[in-house]
Amino acid sequence: MSGSTILFYLLAALTLSCGVLSVTTRQIFRAAIYLLFSLIGIAGIYFWLQYQFIAAVQIVVYAGGIAVLIIFSIFLTQQAGEKLPKQKIGRKIFSALAVFCAFALTMVQVYQHEFSNIVTDAAPATVRNIGEKMLSTEQGGYALPFEVISMLLLAAMVGCIVIALRSKPETK
Amino acid sequence: MTLEPGLYHLLFISTALFFIGVYGFFTRRNLITMLMSIELILNSVNLNFITFDKYLWPGKMDGLFFTLFIIAIAAAEAAVAIAIIINLYRSHQSIDVENAEDLKY
Repeated sequence: MSGSTILFYLLAALTLSCGVLSVTTRQIFRAAIYLLFSLIGIAGIYFWLQYQFIAAVQIVVYAGGIAVLIIFSIFLTQQAGEKLPKQKIGRKIFSALAVFCAFALTMVQVYQHEFSNIVTDAAPATVRNIGEKMLSTEQGGYALPFEVISMLLLAAMVGCIVIALRSKPETK
Repeated sequence: MTLEPGLYHLLFISTALFFIGVYGFFTRRNLITMLMSIELILNSVNLNFITFDKYLWPGKMDGLFFTLFIIAIAAAEAAVAIAIIINLYRSHQSIDVENAEDLKY
């Protein structure tokens, strides 16, 4: 049992336990904080896999951006300290049962499948490789999706402003 | 099954996280918590792509780019969803899905 193995199991436990707490706790602010720790755990797993660039993007976008956005929207729409209403126990049991069955089915399928040529000691992609491939216009390059994503982000930004704009008062 | 972490362990984490998100989506009735469940689901998909990129197609970087683009689209999706939620809160004073049943307001 090497240090790397122990670290992996710790990160996995952090991610999964915080994920479970995030969907089961009845205080919405705590749910957001648990979600934040779950996302940080996933970033740790990316670091463990030696995908440093993806881990950095995960921390910047998810832990830094989306979690803060969710916390802000909780402050804007929720009375502080108020618990979420209790759900029907039947719905909870049914959901847990359905989810557990689907999980078991998927895991049985995964373990029965023999993946061919698993590589365990591949060289990790460097940031230089990622940048070159992202802006490459040749076969297998990602320049077009990159530009399309930039247009999508612009459209989403304009759309957010239009949706959240306070409508004008009717009478003056 | 060995104790050494590998492809199957990562697939286990990814699948478990996906179904935790699905459970949250089934049981929650508050729009923000449902959005959180969707974020968990998207993250499990990202982890799956990275796992396959590392263990099955190393050096090709396709899974890595899919993950990058999914993260970008998830950020855009979260921003739009929160704008819609805040607008809904202004018109209904509630972000419970049971109360949001009008088609046009």
